[in-house]
Amino acid sequence: MGRMRSLLIPGVDKKLLVKDAVKLMPELTRRRFISGGASLGALTLLTGCDVIDNSSAAEEVLRKVSKFNDAVQAWMFNPDALAPTFPESAINKPFPFNAYYEIDDAPEVDGKTWKLEVRGLVDNKKSWTLEELYQLPQVKQVTRHICVEGWSAIGSWTGTPLRDFLKLIGADTSAKYVWFQCADKEGYNSPLDMRTALHPQTQMTFKFADEILPRAYGFPMKIRVPTKLGFKNPKYVISMEVTNDYKGGYWEDQGYNSFSGS
Amino acid sequence: MSSLTVSDQHVTPATGKVIQPAWVRAMHWTNAFAMVLMIMSGWQIYNASPLFDFRFSHAITLGGWLGGALLWHFAAMWLLMVNGLVYLIVGLATGRFRKKLLPITPTGVISDVKAALTFKLAHDDLTKYNYVQKLLYAGIIVVGVVIVLSGLSIWKPVQLYWLSALFGGYEIARYVHFICMSLIVAFLIVHVALALLVPKSLRAMIIGR
Repeated sequence: MGRMRSLLIPGVDKKLLVKDAVKLMPELTRRRFISGGASLGALTLLTGCDVIDNSSAAEEVLRKVSKFNDAVQAWMFNPDALAPTFPESAINKPFPFNAYYEIDDAPEVDGKTWKLEVRGLVDNKKSWTLEELYQLPQVKQVTRHICVEGWSAIGSWTGTPLRDFLKLIGADTSAKYVWFQCADKEGYNSPLDMRTALHPQTQMTFKFADEILPRAYGFPMKIRVPTKLGFKNPKYVISMEVTNDYKGGYWEDQGYNSFSGS
Repeated sequence: MSSLTVSDQHVTPATGKVIQPAWVRAMHWTNAFAMVLMIMSGWQIYNASPLFDFRFSHAITLGGWLGGALLWHFAAMWLLMVNGLVYLIVGLATGRFRKKLLPITPTGVISDVKAALTFKLAHDDLTKYNYVQKLLYAGIIVVGVVIVLSGLSIWKPVQLYWLSALFGGYEIARYVHFICMSLIVAFLIVHVALALLVPKSLRAMIIGR
């Protein structure tokens, strides 16, 4: 077991994995940008020329259009439209590791002490151990993960449909969001609109490729949302809150479109 | 009117007929503005995960980083799509496309390409497009439609899965989107160069005459 744990994904050499992953998503500039501590307000949206006055006005307009795009996407969202599924042979191996930090900085969560915290507009606020969650009925999906950067990869995820869990804990499904908090360094969080949370393919994921979710892909629990871009698929989840408040998100606050549906 | 266009020397009548109607000019420049925003922000988005072994220089991209570029791209797309859609509707409804761009015959294209390459292509009457112009203008409209459709397939591969499937899936749609961008940029280079070589055509697109 000790050896297994030293491998981020059982059976996959870490160096090779990183090498493959870098090939798939060579966004180094993004990481540089993030480490520079950027926020939307600090962005020079009009590059190449110094138009400070105009750029803040432009940002204001862009922010408004992004909000408008949230509404358009919510309108376009069909709760019955399923993300295309693929045969197992289409799965990308190895599936890329992706985060705003290096793979060595991925959270190491102890599955024995970890508990999923449940908060907000729910009848039963009890915390759930991993053992308890593993008892819930699970389904598998082979779907395409699409990153906001443009690359995509097909993976296999197994877990409990989020809507079944929300029902189980007596969540108020007329609330606007389910807000997730994660164990990633610097904190990671992301709001998920309720209609997407109730989508049949939105899943509390415990397995990747039929194996317990490896550390690289979000152990112990990831929220798989095949109708959203990758950054709206939080990993290393530690709590979920059912709420009517828009609480923002790690990437959403920096300017990524909040709905980011696919 | 034909008397005004008999020779190369007197091609632009001071008080002649309108070469480019106001709606064409308005939509042309709106499209030009939106297209430049789309291309420059698109290059920045491309840089986040390049399809080929190169990146666009930061000096010619828009948005500063991926998030900023996406905001620009998904804002300018409305201008591009609404303007383009109205242009298509009016162009078809008024018969302008049919009158201006058709027919396009292979022999006509070949002889006009030859003439163009030897700088013998006449521009006597700017209201009538030669076969090279017809082909390029009709072609770029088709490319414009395909770039919007492939863009929608990348943006909404689940909600518009049928459109995405039409392109052979999400990944292929990305390449189609990129190729269309390349064609538009190539068109743009030729288009701007020729407009500068034949300034009266640029003037017609600005003041109409």
